[in-house]
Amino acid sequence: MEQFLQLLPQCLLDGLTLGVVYAIVALGYTMVYGVLELINFAHSEIFMVGAFAGTEVLLYLQTYGYLTGIPAPVALVLALIVAMFLSGGMGVLMERIAYRPLRNAPRLVPLISAIGVSFFLQDAVRLVEGLWKNAFYLTAPSIFPTSIQISANLRLPVKSMVVMFSAVVMMLGLHMFVTRTKWGKAIRAVAQDRDTSALMSINVDRVISLTFFIGAALGGAAGTLFACQYSLISPYVGFILGIKAFTAAVLGGIGSIPGAMAGGILLGVLESLGAASLGIATNGAMGAEYKDVFAFVILIAVLILKPSGLFGEETGEKV
Amino acid sequence: MLKNSLLGQIDKKYLLLLGWTMIIGVSILFYLFPQSGLFFLLFLCSLLVLYYLPVNNALRYLAAAIILVGIMPLVGMQNTYYFDVITQVGIYASLAIGLNIVVGFAGLLNFGYVAFYAFGAYLYAIFASSQAANFIPAAVAHFPLSGHWFWVFLALSAVLTAGLGLLLGFPVLRLRGDYLAIVTLGFAEIIRIVFNNLDKPINITNGPKGISPIQPPELFGMVLNQPIHFYFIVLVILVLTIIIASRLDSSRIGRCWAAIREDELAARSMGVPVVRMKLLAFAIGASFAGVMGVIFAAKQTFVDPSSFGFMESIGILSMVIVGGMGNIAGVIIGAVGVVMLQLNILKEFSEYLGQLAAQGILNIPSQVDPAKYEKLIYGLILILACIYRPQGLMPASRSLPAWLKKKGKDQITNGIQEDKTDVT
Repeated sequence: MEQFLQLLPQCLLDGLTLGVVYAIVALGYTMVYGVLELINFAHSEIFMVGAFAGTEVLLYLQTYGYLTGIPAPVALVLALIVAMFLSGGMGVLMERIAYRPLRNAPRLVPLISAIGVSFFLQDAVRLVEGLWKNAFYLTAPSIFPTSIQISANLRLPVKSMVVMFSAVVMMLGLHMFVTRTKWGKAIRAVAQDRDTSALMSINVDRVISLTFFIGAALGGAAGTLFACQYSLISPYVGFILGIKAFTAAVLGGIGSIPGAMAGGILLGVLESLGAASLGIATNGAMGAEYKDVFAFVILIAVLILKPSGLFGEETGEKV
Repeated sequence: MLKNSLLGQIDKKYLLLLGWTMIIGVSILFYLFPQSGLFFLLFLCSLLVLYYLPVNNALRYLAAAIILVGIMPLVGMQNTYYFDVITQVGIYASLAIGLNIVVGFAGLLNFGYVAFYAFGAYLYAIFASSQAANFIPAAVAHFPLSGHWFWVFLALSAVLTAGLGLLLGFPVLRLRGDYLAIVTLGFAEIIRIVFNNLDKPINITNGPKGISPIQPPELFGMVLNQPIHFYFIVLVILVLTIIIASRLDSSRIGRCWAAIREDELAARSMGVPVVRMKLLAFAIGASFAGVMGVIFAAKQTFVDPSSFGFMESIGILSMVIVGGMGNIAGVIIGAVGVVMLQLNILKEFSEYLGQLAAQGILNIPSQVDPAKYEKLIYGLILILACIYRPQGLMPASRSLPAWLKKKGKDQITNGIQEDKTDVT
């Protein structure tokens, strides 16, 4: 128990950092689900594309020696902007090619084409990186190497603070956009009732494209932040993270934006605590290798016990 | 329709002649050139031709039996590689038929089908290797068990995986389609992670290193470890699978599944026991996978967790989708297509590109080896299939029950069924 208490602050911090990444990715799932009732399986690959784009920008800055010349936050913002636009564009393209033609198809069909997109993107990135860099594992340059020792048991890396700060800025920005602007109102209207919003002269197709753009841009930004925090990325990094972010979205109540934020942070903290305490509780027989199981068990439990999630509305089945 | 007008123009005799010439010709060519990949593909195509050929069913089955029991083994003796390929095709076809029961018949999207396959494989692997000695004392039983137990494990695995399917099905079958998909995915990942890490505290699965060697099956004292043995085991199981699945489809249970798939609410209000039927579909599908898992473990004599990833589940699912959900023949074609793409076509293509590169005609970097980009091609196929053929290559058609069919029998002349709906 004492051992656990010593680990607790560091666990909470790590969990929080991971949690905000989950939260931003979960926003993409939840927004798309809100307007289309579609689980965008390929969102995890959008995240991965963002991670690669951001890392490539940082690597480019590094090889040409700009990284030492400009302040680190500027480099990060540059990487984030490139990643967001690339991922956002990819999201819009994906919707146009793989989802729009299937909008009136049975529910299972777009889910399967989403998996197709996901596989395609994984190997496409691998192919491009393989041709370009001759290796498809990238290591992001560390741009915030310092960390602050707060107490004996707690080290606060600057990069974690940067990740959390950027995440909070993005979530606030999204919240303002959705609640205060005309386009945000349109997104909410389409999520509520697509046909009626079309009658109210809302261009539904454009709103859906916009939703995909925003969700994907956030996913791309999360990818870049992930690369900054954990350095090593591969084309297959998105899969497991995507599932967890989806778990976070479900945990918070899918379709609900504040739910996704809360769910992400909660899941990150739970996972980090779970991984740490499992090893202690079983005396090292079972350890951190079961941390993925943890997320899946939470997912299954939430879906069975409270499918509407923490913040979701209770909706009856439409007949 | 094109097919009908063609049938009308060309005399049926010529069509038959053409078909039989192709089937027999290709079989002979394949026998003469057992190394040729092209003839192997044509050989598989000739089975498809046989499927469509307008002859009566007895003749069709006889011809199929001659091809599969006579010609294929003759060629396989000369080139065991194609034996391996066709055995692989058979295993995946059976898996796809099993998944088709869940996805195609009952309309429940299952992304975790491979979990049951893994369970079956590990079940046999643990007890048919010295692995079980780690947790069962030697006084109880001596491990590895002999190959005679293979047959017991086939049945045991079917029962236990069906139980596992029920266990998973009970809580999750209330969930709507896409949620169900995610939960089954999570379940499969849990199973895989557990198998991957169950080498401590007690070494049950030997962790990521996998279990090897596994006892080959035995029958009346004969050890079955040659490709030809597995070919016949898989063939028998595949035929059984096809019979069971098609009988189920045209039974009362199958009609219940179709009703649930088309409209759950309507089915429920018509008195279809929705929960029981869904559970049944889940359990039957699972038990098919469990049986194939045992065969897989015995054939490979080695299992490790990497054979049972998410990719595998999607591979099987794509066979079902591409072939045609709900249609057994379609699903088999899907399985043949996907496995051939994986094992044969991509490989031959990359070898061909390699030859070109060696001759200096084409200069391609080794990173662009098509065999490495299976997922890219899978992905494209899935997207294109969803957009252009959401029903699959061979869409399912609901056939009439037997008593109604009798009425329509006079419309079926000489084995050619005239499609009345096309007239209007």
